[in-house]
Amino acid sequence: MAKIKSLDELKALRDSVQNTVDVREHGDNVEDMIIVRVAMATCGIAAGAREIMNFMAHELRDQGIDNVMITQVGCMGLCYAEPTVEVTLKGEEPVVYGNVTEEKALEIIEKHIKNGTMVDGIIPSTHKSLDE
Amino acid sequence: MSNYTMHILICGGTGCISAESDIIADEFTKELARVGMTEEVQVLKTGCFGFCEKGPIVKVLPDSTFYVEVTPDDVEELVNEHVVKGRVVDRLLFIDPSSKETIEDSKHMDFYKKQQRVALRNCGFVDPHNIDEYIARDGYQALGQSILEMSQLEVIELMEDANLRGRGGGGFPAGLKWRFTYNNESDQKYVICNADEGDPGAFMDRSILEGDPHSVVEAMAICGYAIGADKGLVYIRAEYPLAIERLQLAIDSAREYGLLGDDIMGSGFNFDIEVKFGAGAFVCGEETALIHSMEGQRGEPTTKPPFPAESGFWGKPTCVNNVETLANVPVILLKGADWFKTIGTEKSPGTKVFALAGKINNVGLIEVPMGTTLREVIYDIGGGIKDGKEFKAVQTGGPSGGCLTAKDLDTPIDFDNLLEKGSMMGSGGMIVMDEDDCMPAVARFYLEFTQEESCGKCTPCRIGTTRLFELLDKITQGKGTMEDLELMKELSHVITDTSLCGLGQTASNPVLSTLDIFWDEYVAHVTDKKCPAGQCTALLEYKITDACTGCTLCTRVCPTDAIDGKLKELHVIDQEKCIKCGACMDRCKFKAIIRE
Repeated sequence: MAKIKSLDELKALRDSVQNTVDVREHGDNVEDMIIVRVAMATCGIAAGAREIMNFMAHELRDQGIDNVMITQVGCMGLCYAEPTVEVTLKGEEPVVYGNVTEEKALEIIEKHIKNGTMVDGIIPSTHKSLDE
Repeated sequence: MSNYTMHILICGGTGCISAESDIIADEFTKELARVGMTEEVQVLKTGCFGFCEKGPIVKVLPDSTFYVEVTPDDVEELVNEHVVKGRVVDRLLFIDPSSKETIEDSKHMDFYKKQQRVALRNCGFVDPHNIDEYIARDGYQALGQSILEMSQLEVIELMEDANLRGRGGGGFPAGLKWRFTYNNESDQKYVICNADEGDPGAFMDRSILEGDPHSVVEAMAICGYAIGADKGLVYIRAEYPLAIERLQLAIDSAREYGLLGDDIMGSGFNFDIEVKFGAGAFVCGEETALIHSMEGQRGEPTTKPPFPAESGFWGKPTCVNNVETLANVPVILLKGADWFKTIGTEKSPGTKVFALAGKINNVGLIEVPMGTTLREVIYDIGGGIKDGKEFKAVQTGGPSGGCLTAKDLDTPIDFDNLLEKGSMMGSGGMIVMDEDDCMPAVARFYLEFTQEESCGKCTPCRIGTTRLFELLDKITQGKGTMEDLELMKELSHVITDTSLCGLGQTASNPVLSTLDIFWDEYVAHVTDKKCPAGQCTALLEYKITDACTGCTLCTRVCPTDAIDGKLKELHVIDQEKCIKCGACMDRCKFKAIIRE
């Protein structure tokens, strides 16, 4: 580690390590955040869910979008449509996208997360979670 | 760049580590590798969460799920259920003792709702081993701003304006201390961090050093700049091995980053820190005794003045600040004195960390704004008295403090109010007592402590505390007289007035305070030879009533064979042999054994 030689260097270092604690800072205001859940059971991972989740995490970070909490969940039961991504805007019903590719993920970020307009590829909801 | 979307925070404070939290962390790493989630989930050992009662604590973020009393065997289930399937493991959640409701996340726990964390802002949040995490939380920004953008006097003025009062117990304004040391010109000055936490039951400073050592390192450097010192020393007791390890690591990594050493951040300011170990003598928390101990001399106090600000370590101007005081400094510089003054009361701004102990449901470490009432601390945060018993008193200020009772429950806690009530803030230990605690016995306990810890240099303290202890011992044995009570009062005042340092000057506080508030209890010991709380064994007698069925159970548990009786006949206790352990009474199914 090179020595920090100025306040600007310290600030630059802070900005570069900021994301290490972001997830924890988000814990303070989960209620106000957009929640993205990626199904990461065996079927999801085999279909590439991990890559999609990492891709979305990187993309959101690169774009400086900090009101989104990404988290992995178990099997949603939609194994035929993996990878599946569920997006919940604040105060709205969750929406599940199936067969998500990197292009589709980008579209979800651009339109749904940023503007609140849904995009193609939604799987009609067939069930409700008990806690929602 | 990290891809972690889930953080698992495991309490790595001394309390939780003794309950195997180290093994829990290793298990998590192992289990996450098994399910192939090491890239998504980060496992971290943090500082103390404060909720020591239910440790070890495991907190999962970002959803803030708060698991209590986790064992290494639970980890597999936690990983399979929570991490892989996203399902909360209900059986490990916290259950509110009053409402009996299961509480999923820490934000909804009464324990945390009324707390405001300033000194503990990073405790249980960052990995204390990793300087980057501290920097990510604006760490060392305050140091950078001070040394590059502010003059020494500007830093001191800001500290004076914030009116941060010494959290070690005295309540002396830190800014003023800094100014005195600044005003004394010298070729060499020192900053000393007093980490000689000695009150029985208090562990605020230890937790800060274990959970957020960098805040203390940064604050010492800021203080050094302000007063014109290039050397800092931490005096810490050797029985805090984990705090020492993490503090040393913090100093080493700060040095590696150039945040300690020569020409810090290109400012031309040099500062470095050395750690010195104390042998754990209570008197060494007194600043002059502390300095003598660091110089390699006997840990004995000297008269003040001269104050350390004038003539301290090796006769040079020295600024001695407590750990918690220092932990507040970086935030004050970053957020300003006005922000700091919005918290707490007018004369005691900011927060105070307390260690809750004794007969309280939520034993642990808390931080509340000054001015919070005792009722809020004990009933809302502390969850009330254990086993539904009656609240009797709370001892604040440790062996130097006094008792507060039910009538003081609505007193806002700050330095001045506690003094007015005959107690003191002290470093922040709060020992809660219930109806089963005998006050003369409590006073005896504290005097036993102070007479042992007295360094012996001055006569009033050395002999006075011993005599006071003997009198208390006599009373708890049922051999005291009314004259003894008067003698105790007189002796207490003499010790207070004539002792050399704070140890002796405050040693009789627990006696005076309990004599004042619980006079009747002392009288009961002296005249009736009874202990109303049923704690002084010498004054107790166990008896078997007619309700005895002769089941012989008590004869089998009695360790001294003091109970005699045949099957299906009334049993009798031989008072000569009885050691008053109470084992028979606990065991009797027919409530036939009474204590009086």
